[in-house]
Amino acid sequence: MTTKMGLVRVATRANKAPGARRRRRQDHPATFLVPAVVVLVVFYFVPTILNFIYAFTDWSSFKSAINYVGAENFVDLFTNGTLLNDLRITLIFAVLVAVFQNLFGLCLALLLEKDTRINRAARVAFFVPVLMSALAVGYIFQAVLKPEGALNAILSFLSGQDVSIAWLGSTTWTIVVVALIQSWKWMGLSMLIFLAGLKTINEDVLEAARLDGANWWETFRRIRLPLLAPAVTFNVATALLGSMNGFDTVQASTKGGPGGTTELLNIFIFRTFGQGLFAQATTMSLALFLMVAALAFPVIRFLRKREEVL
Amino acid sequence: MSTALSTARARGRRVARLIQPTVAIALVVLLLGVPFWLVIVTASKNQAEALNPNLALPTHWQLFQNFGEVLDQGRMIPAFFGSLLVLVPSVAGVLILGSMAACVFGRRAGRGITIAYTLAISGIVLPPAVVMIVLLLKEIGLDGTPLGMIGVYMWMYLSTVIFFVTGFVRTIPRELEEAARVDGASPVKVFFWVILPLLGPTLATATILISLFIWNDVFYALFVVGGRLDMLPLNLYQVASAGLYLNNWQSIFAYIILMTLPLLIVFMVMQRKIISGITSGAVK
Repeated sequence: MTTKMGLVRVATRANKAPGARRRRRQDHPATFLVPAVVVLVVFYFVPTILNFIYAFTDWSSFKSAINYVGAENFVDLFTNGTLLNDLRITLIFAVLVAVFQNLFGLCLALLLEKDTRINRAARVAFFVPVLMSALAVGYIFQAVLKPEGALNAILSFLSGQDVSIAWLGSTTWTIVVVALIQSWKWMGLSMLIFLAGLKTINEDVLEAARLDGANWWETFRRIRLPLLAPAVTFNVATALLGSMNGFDTVQASTKGGPGGTTELLNIFIFRTFGQGLFAQATTMSLALFLMVAALAFPVIRFLRKREEVL
Repeated sequence: MSTALSTARARGRRVARLIQPTVAIALVVLLLGVPFWLVIVTASKNQAEALNPNLALPTHWQLFQNFGEVLDQGRMIPAFFGSLLVLVPSVAGVLILGSMAACVFGRRAGRGITIAYTLAISGIVLPPAVVMIVLLLKEIGLDGTPLGMIGVYMWMYLSTVIFFVTGFVRTIPRELEEAARVDGASPVKVFFWVILPLLGPTLATATILISLFIWNDVFYALFVVGGRLDMLPLNLYQVASAGLYLNNWQSIFAYIILMTLPLLIVFMVMQRKIISGITSGAVK
């Protein structure tokens, strides 16, 4: 026992000695990095660099040679409107999902905040969509939202007249509907994170506010919402960046239709890749990469800064 | 005056106490009950009745017959094992590789290490160059193989694991490792016997989330393995692509029920652990 303690003390002292750096290197040899670096290089760095090269070629499944064509792919996609259109749709989708998902998640968290039996059961129930495959969710809502589907049946029953809205058939509003479907799938996760955030708020602070005569809304607006900032940061950042990579729910519910108005970048990439137009798919993939890179860091910095101010 | 006010307030509180559960139950029924009810009744109908999925009860329940059909038609049993074959090595691999790298990133300093760390965690936000990954896999002969799929999933979550575990490694007292080192344990032994056990809770959370994403992913699976390996979401995509054309809603929904059941059972059994695991990492 004493020898062990002595050794620990020696070891701690060695840490502070000039040889500590070398010791640290031996304790945590760079060889530990090798497997991870191999995976990152092969599946991340090399493909990302190649992406910058192949986006400027005419690579396709229709010919064997691959030639450099300059910015032709970008010019083509730009002039026929696909590039800006798909970038805009993806961005709108991501923003709508970030707003809806967090709004629903926050409302659910506030509604189900108390630890009653009903609330606990409801929380578990709202987490079920999170577990489900996004593809499955898309198919379910395709059926629910058909003109002769379940939602219209309920609306007809409630209003007493025949309702047959094509929820997924509007070139203007379908993007909102798909964003709602995506939010439906993920709102349970936001709810859990907001609930955890609400639990961390000190009860004394709320009690003090109540004694000062603050009502529920004032307490929420002035105290609880600002203190939820870390949860908001996490939820908004993950929803925003996650839905820029969105594919499954939209592919399953609309396939990018009607008339390409819900065609996210990933749906375009999948479609053109399937058609053998590899260069176009790659160009869009690069566009997605650049858009996420341009947005990710400012968004995260902005949200972090808000946390500090509040 | 004040008594009138307080009784009014008490009455208001009593009403509020009734409103909250009512609203909660109504929301569950409307937002979750309706879609799930549609899935269950449609999955229990014959093709003619399921042509237009609606909320009506089937005239004749044939849920298990539809299960049998879709198990066979969607090759669900091979798909289940295919998904498992990809999931288990991906999760185990990403956790071990990520933790090993995190040990170095968490303990050593220097410009090279900082740059490597920044590059490694940039993958959390930046999207994968999926078309190029397929090209590269073709070049190295891993295209369409489980190994290629495992590699792709490993890198996709490697950044996240490195980020979270590095943060955690920094909180482990150095003395623990050094004691083991002085006792003559090699760095590999220290990693497996000292560090890895301490990472338990962090890695458990990562396991839950990563498993959930890999089990349900279809986008990367469509690119990397296409129709060459049976996996649950891939086969759902095939059943549905054929089914929407043939109007086989009962097969699609029967498939969805069967596919979701294993996750639902795991979730019900480990509910508390899963929920606390997911929430602990997010709010700091």
